[in-house]
Parts: sequence; structure tokens; C-alpha cells
Amino acid sequence: MFQTVLNALNQGFLLTLALFLVTLAGALPLGLLVSFGSMSRFRPLRYVMRTIVWIFRGSPLLLQLFIIFYVPGELDHNIWAFSSGRFWAAATAFILNYACYFSEIYRGGIESIPRGQDEAGLVLGMTKQQIFFKVKFMQLVRRIVPPISNEIITLVKDTSLANSIALAEVIWAGKKFMKSDGLVWPLFFTILYYLAFTGLLTLFFGWLEKKLSYYSV
Amino acid sequence: MAMLEVSHMEKRFGNTEVLKDISFSLEKGQSLAIIGSSGSGKTTLLRSLNFLETPDAGTITVDGQLLLDAAVRTKASDKEIRKKRLRFGLVFQNFNLFPQYTALENVMLASQLLAKERPDYRQNRREILEQIRTRGVELLTQVGLQDRLDNYPHQLSGGQQQRVAIARALALDPDILCFDEPTSALDPELTGEVLKVIRSLAERNMTMIIVTHEMAFARDVADQIIFMDGGVIVEQGPARQVIEHPVQERTRRFLSRYQGQS
Ligand SMILES: Nc1ncnc2c1ncn2[C@@H]1O[C@H](COP(=O)(O)OP(=O)(O)OP(=O)(O)O)[C@@H](O)[C@H]1O
Ligand SMILES: [Mg+2]
Repeated sequence: MFQTVLNALNQGFLLTLALFLVTLAGALPLGLLVSFGSMSRFRPLRYVMRTIVWIFRGSPLLLQLFIIFYVPGELDHNIWAFSSGRFWAAATAFILNYACYFSEIYRGGIESIPRGQDEAGLVLGMTKQQIFFKVKFMQLVRRIVPPISNEIITLVKDTSLANSIALAEVIWAGKKFMKSDGLVWPLFFTILYYLAFTGLLTLFFGWLEKKLSYYSV
Repeated sequence: MAMLEVSHMEKRFGNTEVLKDISFSLEKGQSLAIIGSSGSGKTTLLRSLNFLETPDAGTITVDGQLLLDAAVRTKASDKEIRKKRLRFGLVFQNFNLFPQYTALENVMLASQLLAKERPDYRQNRREILEQIRTRGVELLTQVGLQDRLDNYPHQLSGGQQQRVAIARALALDPDILCFDEPTSALDPELTGEVLKVIRSLAERNMTMIIVTHEMAFARDVADQIIFMDGGVIVEQGPARQVIEHPVQERTRRFLSRYQGQS
């Protein structure tokens, strides 16, 4: 029995992991675009972006998930009506939500880099792009690793919200044994997956922070 | 012919006139010190020369080439501005080194990026980068930091950081090197090493504009001095004359505050 449970949980955890990775792959770069938008000198764009950020950060992720998954179902053409539709609905909600959180962290980081760094670059004939990527990017990375790593660890736990739209992630896999076999422990057992995963991430980010502190400002 | 000619430059921030009818010229190989009390517009003038501010009126001519005519309102492309900027170098009061790069990397970075625009970059990449490195080492040696090539800015004293910043500005061979109070952020015992470097540049006939509060240094190193007050040039002339025999009452009053310092 234990082996059966373990196999099922492993299956579920793979989906948890996939949702986690897809969310990061989408939200980390998208967040940068959103942060540029919310710092734009073009006022309408800035207002639109900041409003979007407020909506996603100011309301429950669970609700966003329901809206993104169920609203298309109410319409004539359900865009999620394909085999992995649930997964992509969840991924969409997570990417949008996390991009907004990340964008605020990026924005804080970018705004905290002294103006003198831009000016030093400009005076040396660099382009704006070169200044961003060659001068400010590494400083930005260093400033944002601690807050981003907090969000990423929260994301690990937030992926469990996807079981509310019946995505068979690890908690869903654990719960199934309650109905089918009257077993409770598989559900509780899933906590070990989360602890192992967040533990590894904590170690990784600790290492990364150390690695990045080869210089100080 | 003058290396630099600035005429009738004006700059306003909102309703405050910060630069009023600024005109001066600077011969090739000469150095000009700009002195004046706080808020008189010295920094704004240097920033305008380096295209960090856009003057509201006036022209800037370098080596006979008109770089900026504020009356012409067509916006120059970024590329053009970048090219014009390279005629000037600017050393900031608080260094503004790039903290994540070593001293040598700070000096080489802009040259490396610029080299990518050369048509022969792909073919001769290795040689070009090797030349840039050689030049970087040479410049850091010139400012006395040959032992500090691989140090990060935070591992260097303020005086050393400012010398790296000078080497970095020299790396692009500017026609005119500007300094904005290069020693003001330094502990008194560290100003000497930076002033020494600037002095040696003067001896090599680098064309320079130096905003400074070090009157003795201005007198001894600069060829010309401009005294600014309230956004205007109150007095300009040969360095020794302006410091020792100022003509204007305002200059005298300003200088009296520094008496005994030299
Ligand atoms: N970006 C800006 N916006 C508004 N006012 C400015 C700006 N930059 C400078 N000023 C004002 O312009 C005036 C001249 O400033 P500037 O920095 O050029 O003086 P300074 O001679 O360099 O003074 P200091 O010796 O203190 O460095 C000051 O009154 C300052 O408040
Ligand atoms: Mg100033």
C-alpha cells in the first residue's frame, strides 16, 4: 500500500513541480516588463500597469484562479477545454499574480539604485540598454534575491491552491486516498514533500546570496 | 583655436535661473578651475557640457565643431548625443564606480562596449580586447594603482576609488576632462593623492575643467580661473591673478573665506 501511495504522491508532486517551474519561467520575465510599464514616463501606461498590479495583489489568488478557470466556461467557447486545460488555467493565474508581485520587487530594486550609476554610464557613452544590462542588472539581482526568494517559497505553498480547480497536484493526490481507501495519512504525508522542497530552496537561496555578496555597495 | 567655446549658455530649473549668459573658452592643453559658493551653478555647467542637462540657450563648440546649439530644437538621436558626449569626460564628486566590477573592469567596460560597434570587431576581437586591457592597466598604473587592478571598489579607499574613476574617464580619450569637486567627498588626508594625479594630468597637457574648493590647488595647477556666483561668471582670468589680485568685490569677499587655508 505504502508504495502505491508514494507513487500517487510522486505523480502529484510532479504536477506541483511543473506548475511551480512554469510559473517562475513566466512570471520572472513578465514581472520585469510589468515593472518597466509601471515606471514608464508615459502616464496612461503607468496608470494601467499600476492598476493591474493593484488588482492582482489586492485580491485573493484563489478568486483569481476561479475567475480565470470558470469564466471562459460560461462563455460559448471554453478556452480551457483541452486535456491539460486545468493546468494551463492554473499556470495563467499564477503567472499573472506572481508577475505582479515580482514587478513590485523589481521596481523597488531598480528605484533603489543610485542615479549616479546611470549618469556614470551615460557619460561613458553607454546606451540605456547597456546601462541596464551591464551596470544595473547585477546590482538589481543582488538587491532582489532576498525578497524574491521569499516570494518563491510562498509560491511553492501557493501551488496547492490549484487543487481547488481539481488539478491533481500533490495534495489532491493525497486527498484521494481518503475517499477511495479511507486513509488519512497520505494527505498528511504530503507535508514532507513541501518541507523537503522549501528546505532545498532555502539552502539554495542562502548559497546564492553569499555568492552574490562578493562585492558590497 | 580654442578647444572649447561656450557662449551665452542659459539654464533654468522651473523658475530658477541657474546659469545666466555663461561664456568662456578654453585653449587646448590648458586647465580651467571653476570656483564659487554653493548653489552658484558649477555642477549644472559641467553637467550641461556632458549632456546630462539640456541648456535652454547657448552653444557649445569643441575643436571648431558645433556640438550643441540650444536654439536648434530638433532632437538629436541618442546615437549622436552619445558620440558628442565622448568629447567630454566627467569625474564625479562621489566617484560613481560600478560596485560589481573590479578596478580594471570599471576602466575597461565602456571601451569594451564601444568596441562592439567597430566594423572589424568580429574579425579582430581578441586583439581589440587585448589592447583595451593593456590600455586599462596602463591607465591604472598612471594613477598609481597598478597593484589594485583586481580589487572591487569597496576594497579601496576613497582616494583610490576616485583615482580609478579618473582612469575610467581617461579610457575613452576625451578631449576635455571635467572634474566636479573631485576631493570633496574625501577625508583630508586622502585629497593629496587625487590632486597629485590631476596635477600630473595638467603637466601632460590634458585639457581640463576642474570645479574645486581647493584654492591653493586651483592657483597652482590651473591656467585660468572662473569665479561664479548666482549663475553668472563674475570674474575670469589667469589663475594667479584671480586668486591673488581679484578685481571684483564679490570675488574678494568669496576668497577671503578661504584665507589662511593656503
Ligand atoms: N535638477 C534640479 N532641479 C531643480 N533645481 C536644481 C537642479 N539641480 C540644481 N538645481 C539648483 O540649481 C542651483 C545650482 O546648483 P548647482 O548644483 O549647479 O550648484 P553648485 O555650484 O554645483 O553648488 P555646490 O557647490 O553646492 O555643489 C541650485 O540652486 C540648485 O538648487
Ligand atoms: Mg556642485
